[in-house]
Amino acid sequence: MKRAFNYVPSRPTAIMLACLPFILAVIIYLIGSEMRLAENPKDKLMPSFSSFGEAMNALAFTENRRTGEYVFWQDTYVSLERLLTGLGISVALCLLIGLPVGFLPYLRRMWEPFIAAFSLIPPLAVLPILFIMFGLGETSKIVLIVFGVAPFLTRDVALSVAQIPREQIIKAQTLGASTLQIMTQIILPQVLPRLFDSLRLSLGAAWLFLIAAEAIASEGGLGYRIFLVRRYLSMDVILPYVLWITLLAFLMDYALAAMSRWACRWKHLEMKPA
Amino acid sequence: MTEITVDNVFKSYAMTPVLERVSVTLPDHEFCTILGPSGAGKSTMLRILLSMETPTSGQVLIDGVPIDDEPQPDRGVVFQRYSVFPHMTALKNVMIGPELKAGNWFTRPLGAKRRQLRNRAASLLEEVGLGHAIDKFPSQLSGGMQQRLAIAQAMIMEPKVLLLDEPFGALDPATKRSMHGLILDLWERNKMTIVMVTHDIQEAFTLGTRILMIDKVRDDPHAPAAYGSTITHDLKLDPNRRPPLAVVTEDTMDASEDDPHSMRAIFARWTENAGDAVLEKGGAALKAHAD
Repeated sequence: MKRAFNYVPSRPTAIMLACLPFILAVIIYLIGSEMRLAENPKDKLMPSFSSFGEAMNALAFTENRRTGEYVFWQDTYVSLERLLTGLGISVALCLLIGLPVGFLPYLRRMWEPFIAAFSLIPPLAVLPILFIMFGLGETSKIVLIVFGVAPFLTRDVALSVAQIPREQIIKAQTLGASTLQIMTQIILPQVLPRLFDSLRLSLGAAWLFLIAAEAIASEGGLGYRIFLVRRYLSMDVILPYVLWITLLAFLMDYALAAMSRWACRWKHLEMKPA
Repeated sequence: MTEITVDNVFKSYAMTPVLERVSVTLPDHEFCTILGPSGAGKSTMLRILLSMETPTSGQVLIDGVPIDDEPQPDRGVVFQRYSVFPHMTALKNVMIGPELKAGNWFTRPLGAKRRQLRNRAASLLEEVGLGHAIDKFPSQLSGGMQQRLAIAQAMIMEPKVLLLDEPFGALDPATKRSMHGLILDLWERNKMTIVMVTHDIQEAFTLGTRILMIDKVRDDPHAPAAYGSTITHDLKLDPNRRPPLAVVTEDTMDASEDDPHSMRAIFARWTENAGDAVLEKGGAALKAHAD
């Protein structure tokens, strides 16, 4: 009998094990749904898979009679546009602010405490301010995402700039590099892998702020739809939407990891001496 | 011609003196090794030569002109670690110097000029023994190969002075020996001045044409921080008559930079063994004896 942690699964076993909890969850849902529906065929809490299919068919593959749109895809498009715009602006801001603030001592002394304080403001608490300032349109939703994600990313960039060994900065000077050259050619590439990781970790927060903003004031979007149909207890719409959002988040996470491997090949090498 | 003059340099941190009354002149094409117990300030000396730090008083001149107060391309450097850029291949690491010096994105070398630079970098890598690894990233190279790369990276700038801060301190003895061969080779071929900090006495005597021992002359056991260090021994060695390496003894290997007394004793024995290879002796310790 070996110690428990010395039992390591083979690859096929590992894949099977990874699938198991998902299958288990589906089975438990099916049993629960079956039992409830047997008791009350009009039960709305745990609809059967076939009613998911019907609801989704109506939203995703049937033209809306009033607007002529495919609601599901329109919701997805609107939400992703907001999310990606917000994240894009956040990344641009965190590099434009984080790199100089992390690298130049005068800027660091001046802005680091302020950014630290700023990043602690709960974004949802200022959502009313954003609605007042920017109206109920797209701007306030995008600003909320930026507000929630950019300060965290900026601090992270500034901190990882400080972690680059001083020797490298000295070395770059002996090679005749200017401040701007050091920032763009020495520091930026070394900060990128960390930025990709932080961005992946920020995805959850970004989705949270998006759905919160859409729930409160919106005319479309995945979060809007979920909160709209909640009034009718339409679990047959809410559950597939939640699964879809999860899938989208997972795919974005995966895409960012792949982009990091592609853009920062040096960071993802196996540490094997030649 | 490159003549480095260190003129009465003092350096203190807060109220603690580290270096005091350091004066030395290094003529052209000197290979100067700086020895000293740990904490004596030998690395501080190198950082001053590099303009990483400014002396509290006194100055450093190259050919009579005070050095710039920032690190500049006239003085190349190789540190013990972190000298190369991890996100660039070996080739790019060597090409980056001239590229940076050329200026911004719009004035960087392109076309034929770039090919020329590439060939120069590749032949330099060949010269330091990395011809087979030009497309590797530093993390794929061993410690010794990373230091070879760092040397090539510094050499392409053709600095007047190459500063080495314990460059071989983290390498195993065999790798160290081959690096010694490489650096002597480059030094002789490129006729530059090298200043190298080391805590390895054998290394200092093997490589140097000039050996400086930085140590405390006055020592108050009750207040170890009361006095700074200065150059206690200044040996000029005949470049054509290197001291016999046979004097490598067991205790040399044990020379601990943490124990100033053993270091001083072993240094004295090495000086004695070097015999006729020592052309000239100087330094504060000698003056102290004369008094």
